[in-house]
Order: sequence, then C-alpha cells, then structure tokens
Amino acid sequence: MDKVMRLASENGLMIFSKSSCCLCYTVNILFSDQLGVSPYVHEIDQDPEGKEIEKALIRMGCSSPVPAVFIGGKLVGSTNEVMSLHLSGNLLPLLKPYYSFN
Amino acid sequence: MTWISMLIKFCSATEMNSSSALFVTPNSMLYEPVQQTAIWGDFSVNGFLNPPSPFILEVDGKLSNQSEDSSHGMGGILDGYNQDDSKQGEKVSRRLAQNREAARKSRIRKKAYVQQLENSKIRLLQLEQELERAKQQGQFMGGGIEVSHLGYSRNRKPGIEAFEVDHGHWVEEQNRQTTELRNALKSHSGEIELRILVDSCMSHYFNLFHMKATAAKADAFYIMSGMWKSQAERFFLWIGGFRPSELLKILIPRLETLTEQQQVEAGNLKQSCHQAEDALSQGMEKLQQILASTISAGELGEGNYLPQMGAAMEKLEALVRVLNQADHLRQETLQQLARILTTRQAARALLALGEYFERLRALSSLWCSNTNESA
Repeated sequence: MDKVMRLASENGLMIFSKSSCCLCYTVNILFSDQLGVSPYVHEIDQDPEGKEIEKALIRMGCSSPVPAVFIGGKLVGSTNEVMSLHLSGNLLPLLKPYYSFN
Repeated sequence: MTWISMLIKFCSATEMNSSSALFVTPNSMLYEPVQQTAIWGDFSVNGFLNPPSPFILEVDGKLSNQSEDSSHGMGGILDGYNQDDSKQGEKVSRRLAQNREAARKSRIRKKAYVQQLENSKIRLLQLEQELERAKQQGQFMGGGIEVSHLGYSRNRKPGIEAFEVDHGHWVEEQNRQTTELRNALKSHSGEIELRILVDSCMSHYFNLFHMKATAAKADAFYIMSGMWKSQAERFFLWIGGFRPSELLKILIPRLETLTEQQQVEAGNLKQSCHQAEDALSQGMEKLQQILASTISAGELGEGNYLPQMGAAMEKLEALVRVLNQADHLRQETLQQLARILTTRQAARALLALGEYFERLRALSSLWCSNTNESA
C-alpha cells in the first residue's frame, strides 16, 4: 500500500501502532527508553485509513498488524521478530544509523 | 590365589572405619562392613560407587586365627611372605595408607547415601502432597465450587485440567532429564551424547511454552497467576513464568572457563534480556492501566456496569498476547544462551537450571508439610 511504503521510507525508524495496544507500547518503550532511539509512531486507530493500513501490513507478511516495525524502509516484523533480533544481538546494528547522541 | 594376595585385595577394597580393625577383628566386625557395602553398593548413584568386594568373607577365618608375634603388631600374617624387616615396614605403611584411603572413600560414599535419603524424603513429601491434591480434586470434580488448597476457588475452565495433568507429566520428564544430564556429565560422556541430551532438554522447555499458549487461550488469568506452579516458584513469578534475566543471573556465573568471546556475548545477552524484559513489564503495566480505566469508566457506585464488563472482556484479549510474548522471551533467552555455549557448557547450564527448579519445588513441599503440621 502506498501510504505504508511512503511513511516507511520517509521515516528511517517507524512503528505502526494502535494507541490501546500494549505490545505496541512495549516495542516503543524498548526503542525509546532502553535503546535510545526515537521511532516515528503512527497510530492507525487514529488514522481514517487505518483499516486499509492494517490489511496492507498483514499482506506484507507481518505476523500481527501492530506493532509493525520498519527500519530503513524495510519491514522488520512485529513484537516477536523485534525481540528475537534483539536477544540475538542483531537489532542494535540495524539501529546504529538512528542513534541520537545526548 | 594365595591368602596373602587375598588379604591385600581385602585391604584396598573394603570399607573400614579404622585401620586397626583389620588386624584384630572378631568375625562379627568383618561381616558388618560387608552389609554396609551391600547397601551402598546396591545403590547406584551416578556410577559413583564401587561394586562390593567379593573377597571379604574369604579372609575371615585366616585373620582371626593368626598369632601375633611380629613387633609391628601384624600377627604372623607376613611370616611366609618376606623375611626382610624393612620391606615388612614398607608393606605395613602401604597397607595403612590403603586403609586410610578406603576409609576416606567409605565416608564419601556414606555421605552420598545420606544425601540420597534426604532427597528421597523430600520427593516422598511431594508425592504425598500431590496425592492429597488429587484426592481433593476428585472430591470436587462433580461441578460446583472447587476449593483447592491453593485458594483458587472457581469452576475450572475446560482445558485447564488437561493442562495440569500434562504439566505433571512434564515435571516428571524434566526431573528424569535432569538426572540423565547429571549422570552423563559425571561419567564424562562424549560430545554427541551430550548434544542429544541438550537438544531434547531444550525441546522439552519449548513444549512447555507451547502447552502454556494453548492453556492461556482457555484461561489467561490462570496462566498469568502461575496457578499450576508450586508456591516457591510462584513467589518469583513474572508474567506467568520465570524471569529470563533471573535465569541468566543464576546460570552465567556458574559457567566455568568462558572464552573472552563468550563473556562478551553473554554480557550482551544479559543486557538485551533485561531491556526486553523491562519493556514488556511496562507493556504489562500499560495493560493494567487500560483495564483499570475500562472497568472504572462511568459512575462508580451507579450499580449498572454491563457496558464496562463488555469493554473489559475485549481488553483482556490482550493478556494472551502479553503472556505469549513473555514465553517468547524465555524461549529466545534459552536459545541464545545455548548458542553461545559449547555443548558441555550448555549441558551443565541445563543441569543447573533443572536442579534449581527441583529445589524450588522441594522447598514448596517442605513448606507445605510444615504448614500442615502446625495447623
């Protein structure tokens, strides 16, 4: 879907989320609190096209529509994929370009 | 075989508590160690014990009949063997040393035996408890309010009873695997055998997560509260199970000889595990906040709250996802740890983990039996 790809490519690090979704919150906290990066969070329950975005994300192969994490314009996956990457030590290298040095 | 060589064999194989017993011993004392040997020899703990000596009985008659005319207090035992005094002296001190060694080994074996008895006692307490619990469940199975000794009073959801039965089997299998690992490591098994054990141990943990996922769909609150676990395990509960970072904290320091590379990777794993865990904990708190505000929406005290119930039930669906994610973290942590370690190190780690859970369950049994006695 155009909107999804556009948003993903415009924002190097982004999360498609729902405001009531606690796993979306989890992934957001992991990035911003624990890892020191600032993802762009798009709440699809507050987007009129939210339903289409959800369908598009499922079509793209995301295990659950939210959270859907994109890094460098590419779909990384949902909570499972992000956590597996992190525990195997492969998430930090992906996030390197997006560190904000405080 | 001459009676002298039998005597020497007797010295090295027998369990004796003092070196003097060898030379001046009535028949009964000779038989005593035999009995003890039989008990300790029968009891095979990790191939730890030597088989009982078959030679003890044969020497009996000869020893008690010997006269003592040697200045070393040896009796006439060595007369026929060697006329040279200094060589006799050597033989004496060597035999004394062998006796001491045998006595030392005997004390070690006895200690292991007592330990085994104590473990069996704990196991017995556990079994008695399970029996009690099964009896209670049997009584209340016909519907109506069920009050288990854990204080969980409600009708069991279908699928949960099956889960509890399966979990009982799972624990038995885990105990068996822990013992197998212990034996394999003690007997210095090869890489291939250890690999097989490690892999089946890991699959066994993954089976549990699979079982929990199914049960969580049936009753998420049940899984969340760790109701199937023993009390001591529940004390450490984090989102329906053990804390992955806690696991690493227990296991990693016990690993001997980590290479520098391994140390770095283990450190990274610890850190990322903590971070993932903290993030999920906060996600859990967020769910609690959402649920609390859903339940308390509208006027508290109004008396009519059906709409809130409907909304809350919807929110609770998220609980299953959080539980699954917690198990996912446990699984990934175990897998990553196994990846970092050599097969032997992984076997040791899994043995340590298995026994850690055994100890928690043993503690729970003891605690329960204490509580019952004082009631």
